[in-house]
Amino acid sequence: MLRTKLEPNNRSFFNKIHCDGPLLMGLVVLMVVGLFTIYSAGGQDINLIQRQLIRLAVALGVMIVVAQIPTITYQKVSIYFYIVGIAMLIAVLVVGVSSKGAQRWLDLGITRFQPSEIMKLAVPMMVAWYVSRFNLPPKLIHILAGFGLVAVPTLLIAKQPDLGTSLLIASSGVFALFLAGMSWKLISFIAVAASGFTPIMWYFLMQDYQKQRVLTFLNPESDPLGSGYHIIQSQIAIGSGGTQGKGWLQGTQSQLEFLPERHTDFIFAVFSEEFGLWGVAGLLAIYAFIVIRGMLISIRAQDAFSKILGGSITLTFFVYVFVNMGMVSGILPVVGVPLPLVSYGGTSMVTLLAGFGILMAISTQKRIMSRV
Amino acid sequence: MPSHRVTIKDHTAEANLFARRAVIGLLGVFIMIGMVISNLYYLQVTRFEDYQTRSNGNRIKILPVAPNRGLIYDRNGVLLAQNKPVFSLQVIPEESKDLDQTLKGLQTLLSIDNEDIEDFHKDRKRIRRFKPVTLLNRLNQEQVAIFSASQHKYPGVSVEARLGRHYPYKGALTHVLGYVAKIDKKDLQKLTEAGFEANYAATYDIGKRGIEKYHEELLHGKVGYQEVEVNNQGRIIRVLNFSPPTPGQDIVLNLDVELQLEAEKQFAGQKGTVVAMDPKDGGILALYSSPSYDPNLFVHGISSKNYKKLLINSRPLFNRATQGQYPPASTVKPLLALVGLEEGVITPESRLYDNGKYKLKNVKRIWRDHNLWGHGWVDVTKSIEVSCDIFFYDMAYKLGIDKISEGMYKFGFGDYTGIDLHEEADGFMPSRGSVRAQYNRAWYHGDTINLGIGQSYWTVTPVQQVQALGTLINKGKRIIPQVIRGKMLDKQIIEEPIKERRPLEIKNEHNWDVILDAMYGTVNRKGSARKAFTGAHYISAGKTGTAQLVTIAQDEKYDASKLSKENHDNAMYVGYAPYDNPQITITIVLENAGHGGAQAAPIARKIMDNFFKDQTFPEHQVIQSLGPDGSPIYTKEEDE
Repeated sequence: MLRTKLEPNNRSFFNKIHCDGPLLMGLVVLMVVGLFTIYSAGGQDINLIQRQLIRLAVALGVMIVVAQIPTITYQKVSIYFYIVGIAMLIAVLVVGVSSKGAQRWLDLGITRFQPSEIMKLAVPMMVAWYVSRFNLPPKLIHILAGFGLVAVPTLLIAKQPDLGTSLLIASSGVFALFLAGMSWKLISFIAVAASGFTPIMWYFLMQDYQKQRVLTFLNPESDPLGSGYHIIQSQIAIGSGGTQGKGWLQGTQSQLEFLPERHTDFIFAVFSEEFGLWGVAGLLAIYAFIVIRGMLISIRAQDAFSKILGGSITLTFFVYVFVNMGMVSGILPVVGVPLPLVSYGGTSMVTLLAGFGILMAISTQKRIMSRV
Repeated sequence: MPSHRVTIKDHTAEANLFARRAVIGLLGVFIMIGMVISNLYYLQVTRFEDYQTRSNGNRIKILPVAPNRGLIYDRNGVLLAQNKPVFSLQVIPEESKDLDQTLKGLQTLLSIDNEDIEDFHKDRKRIRRFKPVTLLNRLNQEQVAIFSASQHKYPGVSVEARLGRHYPYKGALTHVLGYVAKIDKKDLQKLTEAGFEANYAATYDIGKRGIEKYHEELLHGKVGYQEVEVNNQGRIIRVLNFSPPTPGQDIVLNLDVELQLEAEKQFAGQKGTVVAMDPKDGGILALYSSPSYDPNLFVHGISSKNYKKLLINSRPLFNRATQGQYPPASTVKPLLALVGLEEGVITPESRLYDNGKYKLKNVKRIWRDHNLWGHGWVDVTKSIEVSCDIFFYDMAYKLGIDKISEGMYKFGFGDYTGIDLHEEADGFMPSRGSVRAQYNRAWYHGDTINLGIGQSYWTVTPVQQVQALGTLINKGKRIIPQVIRGKMLDKQIIEEPIKERRPLEIKNEHNWDVILDAMYGTVNRKGSARKAFTGAHYISAGKTGTAQLVTIAQDEKYDASKLSKENHDNAMYVGYAPYDNPQITITIVLENAGHGGAQAAPIARKIMDNFFKDQTFPEHQVIQSLGPDGSPIYTKEEDE
């Protein structure tokens, strides 16, 4: 009786399955945009669309399942989740399967599994759980311990090597610390320290191919047919789209296959070519809507763990978007990051929607929680 | 309250802190969105035109399309040069997975010579990356079929089809038609200098010799363009725009291929040449140089083995008709006689007694007639008919070198005729000045005397001879010989204008008739060519010649058996027919063959017979046979 008064009837179905309506709508719109763009980029191959639909269905299923679990459970399992993840990362370095010069997979017999995917969620969960045990803002010692929790998986993944993922995982942990209220003094100190760390990373941690990517990013025209080819063709695709775009299925750079990785990492170039600046503005608006909705859910969350975790997941999601768009349009070096929910395939889709599942759990369980 | 004992968190403070941080986070997000948008604005708006151009540059390629070369017909519409599909095997080395393996496979599949593989490797070094290199130049139908069946096994290998030149009459027309062959560096340089480079962007072959070279501009046509959309592999997706090439002009020649084939048959590989011309318009009816060779060998790149075969002593590559420079010998006597009459050193009636010897006062040397005992009393007519040397020694001496050279220059000797073939020599017309310049030697009376019988330094080309004869027949009208008759347009011939030089004018028009009558007598009275033309159904006129190639010491008689074959006399004949209305003038040179009347005139007869085979002439006296003393027996030609 009390619940029906609090919740309007039309929201009862979504509430029953623990779904946040506006968030789900934003995600589905993105997926539809993605399907249309994949259809164009993939040479109008309907099989590609079928496979992507199956993948989306599975990921949405995972999201629904994840949304059913109470946030208190996540709070409780965070530490175990994190420890298992770390163990798996160590296992990858010892007995992992190599592909294309990187050792990122664990062979589970039936399928291959990438433990770094777990860490995308385990790290913000662990940090959120750790800092929320204390009063906010956390003390310096707790912040430093938090950095320690972030550094271990980051370094393990960087060693595979998978620089892109390790940096994204690091940022998810750092976002959690930032949202928890880490002091501005420390933030400025870290910013200075990070810039000092850059040369060390360049000389000691980065692989040759990673350095090459950065050099190519700084001057793609130096090797237009070699390593610079991707970014030059991508910029030509985007630039030639103009404000209006060439129209759906009319992008010559993509249809005539000048653009590499058209339906995966570089799908943003196809979108920009065919839909122009107005289309891009629209796409960014959808992303912005999802991010605002995510932050709103986090702000409204009842406990610190949920707030920090929800905020971190949301901000990290947008970092993926920014890194992908940045690399495709030439303001960031090329790292293998797909455009979330638009690019074709990738195991990352499941992780991503599992993250949104957690957000939905936070969103729909807050009132239940508050009554407890 | 001590903070470290707090069990209930300050939820409001925490919520406010988080809300502040979340808003800052969102602010960060909007900054990132701003960065993306401003970068895209820069790419899509500020630099839109630049990237649009580059995008079009990626996808749009302008491909030149070669025009079809004009066809060449003879005067009766027989096709002399045609275009046939040629298949060549092209390899893009960069697209082949394992080049050595591919080449090995192709070698066994299509039985390719090792030589071709070596040539391929040489070519490869000169050709840009990702451009096709020719492995085999001419695939036969069978090879095309075999390769097509297993093409999928050889990525980067393909069969290219294009139109290539083919000369169905092979060696019969080589020296006049010439041939086309692959454009080489030199050609390319010339084309670039002339500004024709773009017009040849898609063209494979260019005229190298003969008519194919001379009329290259007519035959080639204008390049067309295809604007195509290509994908990243360079494969054509669709044609956006097509401006078709303008095919080359079909041309008709004055040649009669049947005369060419007759000439080929008559010479049968002996060194020599024939040039036949229509005196009315200067049209070259036949131009054959023997020995000849198959021009098709050059079209698809001649092998060094085959090329060496052409570098033999008999020099098949050499065009004897236009480049051969021969002493004219007695064939120029009619022309010299005309000058003699004009200058008044002889008259039609003036006579001289020929006892076989000619002497100058106070000079020891004796000039002999080819007839040891002489011809007795001779006038100018008889001297031409029997080719009396003594009469012409005397006349030349009286004329002097200056008048002879001047007279002969007017007939075009010592100068290019202007025939539409680049392969032409100008011969050598002696004069005091030219001999001084060429041989650094003074001119003597003795030289002038020898000049009277077409010897001593004097050389002419057969095409000069035929042109000079045309001038004589046309009584001073000088027509430039021309191989091309006209352009073919919608099955109509648009004839090229007749080209003429300033006419040769003489004081006494009757002199023409005296000379032409003497040439009539050479064939139809007791002359040196009567035997060769016995029984002909047309009346012809002419003059024989036998050119000495070595100086025979005085008192020594020419004995062919004592000379090596290369030093044997050249047999020559110039003639025309029908006498009263000439349709054909002809020059024959048969190298090292002996006597003009006996060796060269019969070839002229055969060619004229062929030329007139479909024509009948009104009744006329013909020499039916020769009497026991060699005098002709005339009969009326009977109607059947």
